[in-house]
Amino acid sequence: MVTAKSEIWVFGDYRNYFQNRVTLQLISRATDLARPLNATVCTTVFGCNTDEWVGEYIAHGAQKVYLVEDESLKNYSSDRYVTLMERLARQYRPEIILVGATSFGREFAPRVAKRLGTGLTADCVGLDVDDDGLLVQTAPAFGGNLLTKIVTPHKRPQMATVRPGVFREIPHNYEATGEIVRVPLPKDLPADRIRITGYEHRPPLTQKLEDAAVVVCGGRGMGGKAKFKNLFELARLLGGEVGATRPVVYAQWADEDTLVGQADRHIRPKVLFSFGISGAIQHTAGIIDAGFIIAVNKNPNAPMMKMADVAIVADANQVCLALIKELRKRLRG
Amino acid sequence: MVKMIVCMKQVPMASELPWDAKTGTLRRDLSDGMMNPACKNALEAALTIKQHCGGHITAVTMGPPMAEEILREAIAMGADRCLMLSDRAMAGADTNVTSFTLARAVEIFCADSDLILAGCHTTDSETAQVGPQLAEELGVPVVTYADELEVKGRSVRIRRVSDNFLETLEAELPCLVTVNTHAFKPRYVALSGLQDAFGETNILTVSASDLGLDPETIGIKGSPTKILDVYAPRAEKQNIVLKGAPKRIVENLFERFDTMIGGIIRKDIEREGRG
Repeated sequence: MVTAKSEIWVFGDYRNYFQNRVTLQLISRATDLARPLNATVCTTVFGCNTDEWVGEYIAHGAQKVYLVEDESLKNYSSDRYVTLMERLARQYRPEIILVGATSFGREFAPRVAKRLGTGLTADCVGLDVDDDGLLVQTAPAFGGNLLTKIVTPHKRPQMATVRPGVFREIPHNYEATGEIVRVPLPKDLPADRIRITGYEHRPPLTQKLEDAAVVVCGGRGMGGKAKFKNLFELARLLGGEVGATRPVVYAQWADEDTLVGQADRHIRPKVLFSFGISGAIQHTAGIIDAGFIIAVNKNPNAPMMKMADVAIVADANQVCLALIKELRKRLRG
Repeated sequence: MVKMIVCMKQVPMASELPWDAKTGTLRRDLSDGMMNPACKNALEAALTIKQHCGGHITAVTMGPPMAEEILREAIAMGADRCLMLSDRAMAGADTNVTSFTLARAVEIFCADSDLILAGCHTTDSETAQVGPQLAEELGVPVVTYADELEVKGRSVRIRRVSDNFLETLEAELPCLVTVNTHAFKPRYVALSGLQDAFGETNILTVSASDLGLDPETIGIKGSPTKILDVYAPRAEKQNIVLKGAPKRIVENLFERFDTMIGGIIRKDIEREGRG
């Protein structure tokens, strides 16, 4: 029997809060995992003037927030945050630490895992608890063509990163209350070894694609820039968003913020229309969580066609036009 | 003169993966290997720095004996010497143990290195973890996903895009940097260069005992994570195939799925008289 209640921690990654919901999504999943483990869901927040984020995390399900606030933490710096996380984890011994696979999280989580001498599974698409109370981490390999189930049987904490969009956040509840544990900044916290000499906000890419219930994705098989535009009309009729493969973006048929793939956006629409996409792993890794997939390709053996619920063997643009026509007819009525 | 190490990995050639048609799984045993693309970019970054500042480049890999191919390719591109970590006891290592093993080799064979470079991630396991973890093992600062990289005196200047922020960063050497796949397009290697490299003997092969490592602490035995299962996802897909004229296909699609699609888009796309 454990004496103290075990804890599941979610790293509070609040940069780009309104675009980046991954912390909230992880709090939601942690809440599911906490039930069989009878654990407390906690978030860690490091920074300066963080009241807003602390409040949001509690409203979205965090039962406890470990807060380190200091003027010197206002730079979002992995060097110092790693040391803080390491020290907190050594002191409070969480059972599980979950980190969003943002650019920051990808640099931060491996370092924390290394310092704590534990395992870390990257880009999990599934997190569950088995009968022994172990965290079963499902992660893609080979661009999502294979899935692996991974556990960390002996070392603690068990650590995983998860990309934005994999789990769904719990709707906020501003009635919710949570405990705030204020931890003073350690006096001997080492200085940053990385100096930030330039820091420029880039206009955020929209989060629309990740949140869309319907995504219409197009690849080179659409046949040209003008034909590719038809996908936007189809997406409009379906109330969805347009995604693109890397070759299409390189050819400038679509903007970079439509990119869907391994190193880009991870989407999870309920219905995915895939037009003229062969299904290179760099792309399919980003759509592994799509619900119902309708793929159109001239080549019935393309990998994309093999992973579809409905594989349409035809010219992508022709089918797109036929769909637009049929939808206009039906939606009018 | 900048002393550099470039960490690299041999990965299965993604475009030519042999799939088992029945099970949908990868026949990894049949696949050809290649240098992981991002590692090649990291080597290119090292070669660029060598051109500008002078330097010495050691390419390091850990893997089965066949992985030596990528070290020969590295020599053909311009690496000065290579270190090959190969031992059955190292097989099956997770990122934690991989970085541990690499660090011990770096400490013994590449002591006082200035700059350690690696690809931002590999195309097989895609964890992007070994770079940052190796930096921790070596006790040096790390910057991941660099788009631009410049060495000036004893410091390194990096530009990268991180979560919608364009960051310019500086660190003192020694430092570890992982290089983005969009940056440092690798140079072309002529066939003759590759042929010469296969006659090259400047490759040092190292075993676990050469590193003084207990086999229990490395490879699959020493790894904190354990793989329970590897499987092909989406076996449950219906994979209905529709062919013919686009108009007919679309009618057919809506006949079968109009209620489902209409429900998701919250619009009525069913034909009148139904539903």
